[in-house]
Amino acid sequence: MRTFLRFAASGVAVGLVLTGCAASDRDGGGTAEETSDGARDTFIFAASADPASLDPAFANDGESFRVGRQIFEGLVGTEPGTPDPAPLLAESWETSEDGLQYTFQLKEGVKFHDGTDFDADAVCFNFERWNNFTGVLQSESLSYYWQKVNGGFATSDTPSLNGTGKYESCEAPDATTAVINLKSPLPELISALSLPSFSMQSPTALEEYDADGVTGEGDAPVLPEYATAHPTGTGPYVFDSWSPGEQVVLTANEDYWGEVGQVKRIVFSVISDATARRQALQAGDIDGYDLVGPADVDALKEAGFQIVNRDPFNILYLAMNQANPDLADVKVRQAIAHAINKDALVAQTLPEGTEVATNFVPPSVAGWNPDVATYDYDPAKAKALLAEAGKSTLTIDFNYPTNVSRPYMPTPEQVFTAISADLEAVGITVNPVPEPWSPDYLDRMQGTPDHGIHLLGWTGDYNDTYNFVSVFFGAKSNEWGFDNPELFQALADARYQPSAEEQKTAYEEVNAQIMDLLPGVPLAHPVPSLAFKPEIQGYPASPVQDEVYNVITIED
Amino acid sequence: MIRLVLQRIALLVPTLLGLSVLLFLWVRALPGGPATALLGERATPEAVERINRLYGFDQPLLQQYLKYVGQLATGNFGTSTRTNRPVLEEFLNRFPATVELTVLALVIAIGIGIPLGYVAARRQGRLTDHATVVASLIGVTIPVFFLAFLLKWLFAVQLGWFPSAGRQDPSMVATHPTGFYVLDGLLTREWDASWDAIVHLVLPAIALGSIPLAIIARITRASVIEVQNADYVRTARAKGLRRTRLRSRVILRNAMLPVSTTIGLQVGLLLSGAVLTETVFAYPGIGSFLAEAIFNLDYAVLQGFVLIIAVVYALANLAVDVSYGLIDPRMRTR
Repeated sequence: MRTFLRFAASGVAVGLVLTGCAASDRDGGGTAEETSDGARDTFIFAASADPASLDPAFANDGESFRVGRQIFEGLVGTEPGTPDPAPLLAESWETSEDGLQYTFQLKEGVKFHDGTDFDADAVCFNFERWNNFTGVLQSESLSYYWQKVNGGFATSDTPSLNGTGKYESCEAPDATTAVINLKSPLPELISALSLPSFSMQSPTALEEYDADGVTGEGDAPVLPEYATAHPTGTGPYVFDSWSPGEQVVLTANEDYWGEVGQVKRIVFSVISDATARRQALQAGDIDGYDLVGPADVDALKEAGFQIVNRDPFNILYLAMNQANPDLADVKVRQAIAHAINKDALVAQTLPEGTEVATNFVPPSVAGWNPDVATYDYDPAKAKALLAEAGKSTLTIDFNYPTNVSRPYMPTPEQVFTAISADLEAVGITVNPVPEPWSPDYLDRMQGTPDHGIHLLGWTGDYNDTYNFVSVFFGAKSNEWGFDNPELFQALADARYQPSAEEQKTAYEEVNAQIMDLLPGVPLAHPVPSLAFKPEIQGYPASPVQDEVYNVITIED
Repeated sequence: MIRLVLQRIALLVPTLLGLSVLLFLWVRALPGGPATALLGERATPEAVERINRLYGFDQPLLQQYLKYVGQLATGNFGTSTRTNRPVLEEFLNRFPATVELTVLALVIAIGIGIPLGYVAARRQGRLTDHATVVASLIGVTIPVFFLAFLLKWLFAVQLGWFPSAGRQDPSMVATHPTGFYVLDGLLTREWDASWDAIVHLVLPAIALGSIPLAIIARITRASVIEVQNADYVRTARAKGLRRTRLRSRVILRNAMLPVSTTIGLQVGLLLSGAVLTETVFAYPGIGSFLAEAIFNLDYAVLQGFVLIIAVVYALANLAVDVSYGLIDPRMRTR
């Protein structure tokens, strides 16, 4: 008995010591590194997952891009707070009349983190690298954006990718001039170059750490040393370490060509659970996190945290499948559009600051048209239109996804409930068809004609109408169930206008045309929110998430 | 003794083969495919097909299975379709974290459970006993994730005594030669890093250890009650054996047999509980990784991790069987 009492007592003692130490350790405010003047210079941001790859050419996910934006820079960046292209490593560029030649004037005196000069040869090295990816590197899970933007590779075993790219060659007439030649016009090239996937990387480091040495053994690509431990760019932060599942650490690039900034160390803490991210902020373990749930915004604000909103760069819509004979009647589609109270929908189910949508592109995208047909909320008109169409007693399937949260659709079930109530109010009988998001829901919407009206959306990659509208209406598809060669042609033509101004006008016309056809109802552009501790100032929120932390300041 | 160990290890082979078939079929019976998970919405059928070809998901099942077992034999558990790293590497990276967590949880469960059960048995029918029985009943019935959430909300979010997530303060610069953070701090003499790692372990370990603690306390209580009323104990007492010796050498030693079996079985409970606890505390061990693998339909990780965990579980129980020999001399000669 005595032995056991001793055992128990020591257990309790250890517990007390632990608790005491924990408390005192944290009261001391800890171990955060401090600069000589006492200001904090470590910024801790919660990521929802590890980056897929530190080599941005092999990445297409938000977490890889978030890290990559700090380490790398591309030829083209964005104007702060907008999706509009702006000079970055290229100070200026010119496009030839036929749209086949782009001449970039490069910034002088820039060096990569390993000391290699950034010059026109480095630019050409990167473009040639992307275009000459072979084998497993051509997998969509790796070189997704090069494939998507360029359309192919120099050579490929897959016929649809073999030599089908628009990129032809790159020349370096002198150190600060890089010339990109295309086989056919690619009007969105400049916008697309602002994507992290097209960041400039050090040719020396790429070769030294075998960046293209993706091994295929075991049926899946294993990334080489470069993409896991040696990313080398020109950006304001240098890679320090990556403990998978735990954190990625970056330190300031003291030789950065631009502003070095107050934040000298960035830690991306991996916290996959959304509630755990919120609690980590509340507990003071992190400085900020992304994709704050709409339900958490008010509570965080009340507790004194800052909520920072990005300008929306997305669209949530209600699609109306015209393969369904009832919905093929434009009067029925108009009736549905008039029946929906978008203002109430946004107020009830979407984050604060969300804008009501009128186009299938957000207002910040060139080509957004303020004068499209808007189908304002008018239940009486909706009833009249249904009567005119002879469909006063209409029953339709309403497909919506369950247990999923997308940036453009945080709570699909709530959106469904709000819209169904509106539709029932004008006499339409709604037959709810809920399905799990992946793969059932997406497969049914995009792979079969077997659906009625449904909820879906899209978040854009870069500032280009084509990047939104062509995804939906570029060709005949199961999702929308209509065949309108005129619209498809108008969209293709708009893409290849000689000047940006003419292109904008052409896209504005396309957007008006779409809203006259009314294949679906654009509902809203939901605002993505970030949350920060009160002392974090100047977070550079960007609609396309071009957010680099050297401009952040941390108050005492 | 050695024969027993070898026998048990030999028995492991058919068990694991059977498990590998079950896992293989179960994983492929899941809805959707890894291609959908990888490519996300708007994936073209061609892209899905290309991914399936690339990863071999379009081959006949038997062929896929034989290839899989062949690779297992060479220690190749495949590659995670989510992180593009070898499954074994992912496991080894995260295993130290889970070992630290489960060991501390087990220490808490044993260190408190056995004394508690013993004291309750000694005072059978009195208030201490009833309190222990009720408390352990509550301990067994509270779901791990709920307790984890509650502990975190109170001690991390509201009171700020403990960190809410992770293994180490992100602003701390520490070196990790072994991956066992508590040990690393001792090896590198970075004492504050060791302390920080322990502080990060406390709440998850309490949450994870609660159910095993309750079970161990109950089994100890029942076992001690049974043994102290046994004939040989009465005989020993009648022979005039000293009370402390009777308690430590006779009662406790005999009562510990079922308890040690229970402890072996708790390892499985701890490893499965780690999935929930680690997720709540964003603790980067195998449990939270497994949870993410499930959400992302990461076939290779699901198969590989479950298989390796099964091996760990089997070895833990083997260790318990061996410990019988230490507790019960009769086992040594068998």
